[in-house]
Amino acid sequence: MTVPTPYERPHRPKPASVLILGSGPVVIGQAAEFDYAGTQACRALRAEGVRTILVNSNPATIMTDPTVADVVYLEPLTVPAIEAVIAREKPEGLLAGLGGQTALNLAMALSEAGVLERHSVRLLGTPLEAIRMAEDREAFRDLLDRLAQPYSPSFIVEGVDDAARRASAEEALAEIGLPAIIRPAFTLGGTGGGIVETEDAYWERIRAGLRASPIKQVMVERCLVGWQEVEYEVMRDAEDTCIAVCSMENVDPLGVHTGDSIVVAPVQTLTDQVHQRLRSAALAIIRALGVEGGCNVQFALSPDSTEYAVIEVNPRVSRSSALASKATGYPIARVAAQIAAGRTLAEIPNVVTGTTVAAFEPALDYVVVKLPRFPFDKFPAADRRLGSQMKATGEVMAIDRTFGAALNKALRGLEQAGAGPLGEDPSWRSTFDYLAAVYAGPEADAGAEVDAKVDAWADPLLPDDDTAIRWVDERGEACESTRFAQRSAAPIVLRQFLEPSDSRLWRLLGLLRRGVPQEVVRRATGISPWFLAEMGRNLALERDVRALGVRLVDAEDPEAASLLVTAKRAAFSDRDLGLLAGVGEAAVRGARLALGLIPGYAMVDTCAAEFAAETPYFYSTYASAGSPPEAPPVKRPAALVIGSGPVRIGQGIEFDYCAVQAADVLRREGWSAVMVNSNPETVSTDFDASTRLYFESLDAESIRSIIEFESGATGTHPADAADLLPAVVAFGGQTPLNLAAPLVAAGVPLLGSDLEAIDQAEERTRFSALLDRLGIPQPEGGMAESIEEALTLAERIGYPVIVRPSFVIGGLAIDFAYSPEDLARHLAAAAIVDPDRPVRIDRFLEGLEVDVDAISDGTDVLIPGLLEHVERAGVHSGDSIGVFPPQHVSEGDQALIVATMERICLALGARGLVNAQFIVREDGVYLIEVNPRASRTVPFMSKVTGVPMVELAVRISLGATLARLGWSGGLRPEPPFVAVKAPAFSTAKLKGVDPSVGPFMQSTGEVIGIAVDPRVAMAKALTGASLVPPRASDGEVPLALLSIADRDKGGLLDLARALVRAGYRLAATAGTRAALAAAGFAAMPVAKLGAEPVGDEAGILGLIADGRVRLVVNTPTPRSGAVRDAAEIRHAAIAEGVLCLTAIETGVAAAEALDPAIADAIAVVRPITDWVPGGGAPAG
Amino acid sequence: MLALEDGTVFPGIAFGASVASGGDLVVNTSQTGYQEIATDPSYAGQVVVMTYPLIGNYGRLMADDQSERPWLRGLVVAHATAAVLDDARQLATLLRTNGIPAIAGVDTRALARHLRSSGCLRGIITQPGLTDPDAAIALARTVPRWEDQDFVAQVSPAVVREVGDDPATPLVAIVDFGLKANIVNSLRRRGVRVRVLPYNAAASDVLASDVTGVVLSPGPGDPARLDGPVALSRTLIEDGRPLLGICLGHQIVGRAAGAETSRLRFGHHGANHPVQDLDTGYVQVTAQNHEVQVVGDSLPARSGFRVSQVNLNDRSVEGLRHADKPIETVQYHPEGAPGPLDALAVFDRFVDACRRGA
Repeated sequence: MTVPTPYERPHRPKPASVLILGSGPVVIGQAAEFDYAGTQACRALRAEGVRTILVNSNPATIMTDPTVADVVYLEPLTVPAIEAVIAREKPEGLLAGLGGQTALNLAMALSEAGVLERHSVRLLGTPLEAIRMAEDREAFRDLLDRLAQPYSPSFIVEGVDDAARRASAEEALAEIGLPAIIRPAFTLGGTGGGIVETEDAYWERIRAGLRASPIKQVMVERCLVGWQEVEYEVMRDAEDTCIAVCSMENVDPLGVHTGDSIVVAPVQTLTDQVHQRLRSAALAIIRALGVEGGCNVQFALSPDSTEYAVIEVNPRVSRSSALASKATGYPIARVAAQIAAGRTLAEIPNVVTGTTVAAFEPALDYVVVKLPRFPFDKFPAADRRLGSQMKATGEVMAIDRTFGAALNKALRGLEQAGAGPLGEDPSWRSTFDYLAAVYAGPEADAGAEVDAKVDAWADPLLPDDDTAIRWVDERGEACESTRFAQRSAAPIVLRQFLEPSDSRLWRLLGLLRRGVPQEVVRRATGISPWFLAEMGRNLALERDVRALGVRLVDAEDPEAASLLVTAKRAAFSDRDLGLLAGVGEAAVRGARLALGLIPGYAMVDTCAAEFAAETPYFYSTYASAGSPPEAPPVKRPAALVIGSGPVRIGQGIEFDYCAVQAADVLRREGWSAVMVNSNPETVSTDFDASTRLYFESLDAESIRSIIEFESGATGTHPADAADLLPAVVAFGGQTPLNLAAPLVAAGVPLLGSDLEAIDQAEERTRFSALLDRLGIPQPEGGMAESIEEALTLAERIGYPVIVRPSFVIGGLAIDFAYSPEDLARHLAAAAIVDPDRPVRIDRFLEGLEVDVDAISDGTDVLIPGLLEHVERAGVHSGDSIGVFPPQHVSEGDQALIVATMERICLALGARGLVNAQFIVREDGVYLIEVNPRASRTVPFMSKVTGVPMVELAVRISLGATLARLGWSGGLRPEPPFVAVKAPAFSTAKLKGVDPSVGPFMQSTGEVIGIAVDPRVAMAKALTGASLVPPRASDGEVPLALLSIADRDKGGLLDLARALVRAGYRLAATAGTRAALAAAGFAAMPVAKLGAEPVGDEAGILGLIADGRVRLVVNTPTPRSGAVRDAAEIRHAAIAEGVLCLTAIETGVAAAEALDPAIADAIAVVRPITDWVPGGGAPAG
Repeated sequence: MLALEDGTVFPGIAFGASVASGGDLVVNTSQTGYQEIATDPSYAGQVVVMTYPLIGNYGRLMADDQSERPWLRGLVVAHATAAVLDDARQLATLLRTNGIPAIAGVDTRALARHLRSSGCLRGIITQPGLTDPDAAIALARTVPRWEDQDFVAQVSPAVVREVGDDPATPLVAIVDFGLKANIVNSLRRRGVRVRVLPYNAAASDVLASDVTGVVLSPGPGDPARLDGPVALSRTLIEDGRPLLGICLGHQIVGRAAGAETSRLRFGHHGANHPVQDLDTGYVQVTAQNHEVQVVGDSLPARSGFRVSQVNLNDRSVEGLRHADKPIETVQYHPEGAPGPLDALAVFDRFVDACRRGA
């Protein structure tokens, strides 16, 4: 008898301590996925007994909770700061592959600066050489040549100086031709890259790309636009075991950045042969690179699948791997960290099944669809076309058994007005009608016939006849013509209409809905026919439901029952079905329940049910309606925590921090925490962040179904109304708050503040009345239901005024008006005022803004601290620099704020977190806003005050009091240090966006700086946020261009002084120059925009383009008109990669950060727990 | 309607041939490769349940067929999708023209979970129109048991065929118990000629003087019923020329070496099974399709064989190696089709051995 001898591998020493680099602030191209990755990595390494040291400048992350790593540093991600951490902590290893491109670039910089060698730190995971090879385009092409892997012809543009680079670019243009893709080396999210079709565009992009690339290298690549894009997430360990965790196919053909594409997992339209060929190629590449950990390989595949080309390799955990991880259930980041610590895939257990090992490839028995979430609702003026530079801020993922159902769910999960499955922009109406009139028709549907007519991409099928057609043009006039007469313009209109943009999906759905043949859409978009056919199935269902009308809800009608089942399997919401059938959501729900039709919940088990699994990760599907449930409801007591959905401006990672902590606290209180979220990038959608995770769209129907299922409902027995699982709505931002009303109406109890408190604070009129009753000063204001009413009201309270609708996120559609004309124009343009949606008009009070977070138990109100804004009121609080503790608020005013906060919390009857904003002026302290929920400052304030705010709020909602928890009311004593929170912006990635800060929130992330000296704390924060201009270096005198509004001239002298001290030369427009001269500062004269330069004046745009300007401070005059000029200056600055600041206070702070006197102090580091014991995390 | 012998019934929509057909239900977790699965002779006598819910997406490319016709008894899917292709290239057409029924609209995850807990069960896809579940269940119970049937004789060819005609290249004999096209392709790509023989070929024909090595192919059914091939295998081991056993071929060699074989509770059918080579430690992801395993503990030490590879999921035997003869067997499918091609080195080793011997 022979018993197999287990293989024994050579011993690999495990590092005793590891330094993990985070990814810094959230920016486009680098979002919450790295919080998830870093958190998983820390937990995995600690479980291996490795001491973990974490550095990240982003305080809104879970990973920087002191319970996640052994030591946490909230310090800027710079070489000096990291070297200081290394010197203090003496880690054996450095793990950089889980902090995105930022951490990878930092690791390379540390290596090049000799820091790793100096301190004997070993880079863990993928070796630097592999990173270099994957990033250096030329080295990578050599590698592909060695492996005989095809790639798209390309040319490296580089050179020792500008002239050489120009010559190189000329050569590239001649060799590659147009259209071409420009890809700068070593940039994040494709910054500076793009597809160019004209020579002008080519040169513009080359310049931008070279500037963006830290090594001044750009690749010009033949454009494979129209090819399919396919990605593989692969892993390798040091024993050379390789696996492909997940395959993904982009619905959008090549040309749209994968982060902006609709992505499906696993691949749908590839035969096994083609799939295996690409999978094998991906594995060959990571073997050759020597990757140890996770890696992403992207391919282009010709539409007939005969040819492919390797596009890109990311030798690290990426956004795609976060998606792959959530799509498959395979914990990529965790396993990558374990590999880095020396373990092998064959040794690491599969924590999902509990019985198998990590060396396997997940088998999916469902389809995953990811949709990008774009910020254009905040930036209506931005260029909304998509290309190779990423523009999305976040994403939503959905799981179901068919592509159509997953797509519908993802559309529901976008939480964007008009973005549901039925969404259509009214302004497309005339184009729809015109294109449908030309293309749609019985003859166009004649399959094979259609094919025969198609011979070129540029000449899509045009019915060749003279039938009369009718449509309504954009002016609303009825048009009549013949198809023949209209055919010539149609292909151009079609192509433009379906250009890659944030709204292409809805545009093409609208065309298909109107009968335009799929083949026409395919030719105009290059989207694979299979996807269009599956979308067509959804549209056919839509049509059937519409045709059936009210019969849909007729319990006696068998046709209705069957259609309802099919439509629910396709994941149409009750609401949309109600709209289509013209019966209302409640009637559809009633009919559905009468049929016993409730969703089933299936497990994401990594193995397609082959093995019994232990994971608590589920998705809903009507395909399993009626099948035996996979798990019984969770153990009581239990509560449902609603997450915050896709990352968008105004609702980001900070709310994930709150939701994750809330679930954590519930569990430690002995409760089951059920998490619901739709965002694959987050910690909250990690299977171990809650007792049970539901990956679902955050709409009322989905959440209600989960609550009912968890409360014991079955197809035949509804849940006991008295026993419904309570919901926690206070921690996910505005999304769950908006769900509170429908959930309460459905009988769902809320944990924490009740609906009454929420409504009282959210509804401006009630809120205003409440303040009046309490005698709390507030800016004068009122509600208006029409433009006329608004004008009368504004006249009474006096200009300037703030205009805002109710229930908004991040200040959407909030604006200032300085005159009646302004006000009328704003209201008309935004089309937001009518009796159903009145707007609030308030006096705009200038003054010092203070942000306050409090925890109220109904008796006592604990205020961890006050956060003073650096920029005066008017800049959105999310975009302001915040300083804790306040430096410019008198003790008396602070006491007044605290007293007011206590009164308002108690009056609202709030139980849990409350956030408020005050304006401090000489004439008093005004309360401008209150929200009874977690705010975006909760993570920051928790970390700097040490008050575990989420923990206290959750415990209070479970019945505890502050007193019983050992806390007392009132303001906590000030600490002996200063903490600064600075916003990070992504505006450089969004063409056409005005970077001027104002009432619209624009920042995507935040960073922190802590020090005893306020100037050092400020400098650290601004450094982390990339808001500090370059330092003067030998041989170069940098230029600062100043154009400052009159009202800001008070701060001008501080600004000038700091800049001159830092070695800057000043340049200024006439008014600013005169003010400077009066104070004894010389400045180079600059002509105002549009004015002819006089005498020795430089033209302003020319000066910026010249390349010597390193900083622009341009504060807009608060009058419309001048604002537009200023915008042009700011755009020029952004195009040149010059830091451009638009608030005088920010300018002063940034200039002071350059002070040589504090340079050394910036590189002094201390762990957060040195400053604040506990760091605000729930006591673990 | 799909009915199981234990009384479970799944209503659905017929999309293959309009006939009733049944067999043992096997669950396959591959996400791609339905066409290769449908034409793999190893599925003879079985009704295949695909857990991936969308089947039919990319149609069918003739070149990817693994044999000249589908052999399975039926196909069960969640959604039958149609690629936008001509009818001849649809999966449904392939099934319909070969008389194989198929059913869509089944919660195949629920079915897979059911089979996982109850072990293998017989089932039948009923003729469209039959709506009485009791009648369907009764029919399911009349389906012959898998282990009571001989399938190899049905799928193995009657005549010898040769592929390749360059006399300078080594000649490999394949005993065809249910051969897949990609095994021939994989060998041909390594520069050998191939002679495919029927399962009952005489040892003297298999070991003709011009043969440099022998492959025992995969195939359907239980090796315990294949005394003839096991005897043949003993002669092949004795002979000592390079020998490669794949899947059923591996089990036959195992029995010839004196080991026992037993039926797995749930079978291995998928494209994601990790297998570790115990000599090198190397781990590879493999394609699998088998009901039966070689029982490692039963392998006699004096046989000269050792267990060389194991499945990391359940530690079952995945390969045997002979101590001093160029004989290797693998339980998985190094040829993929469908599935990963990570283990193609198995063919490299075999062809190298043939060349050395030739």
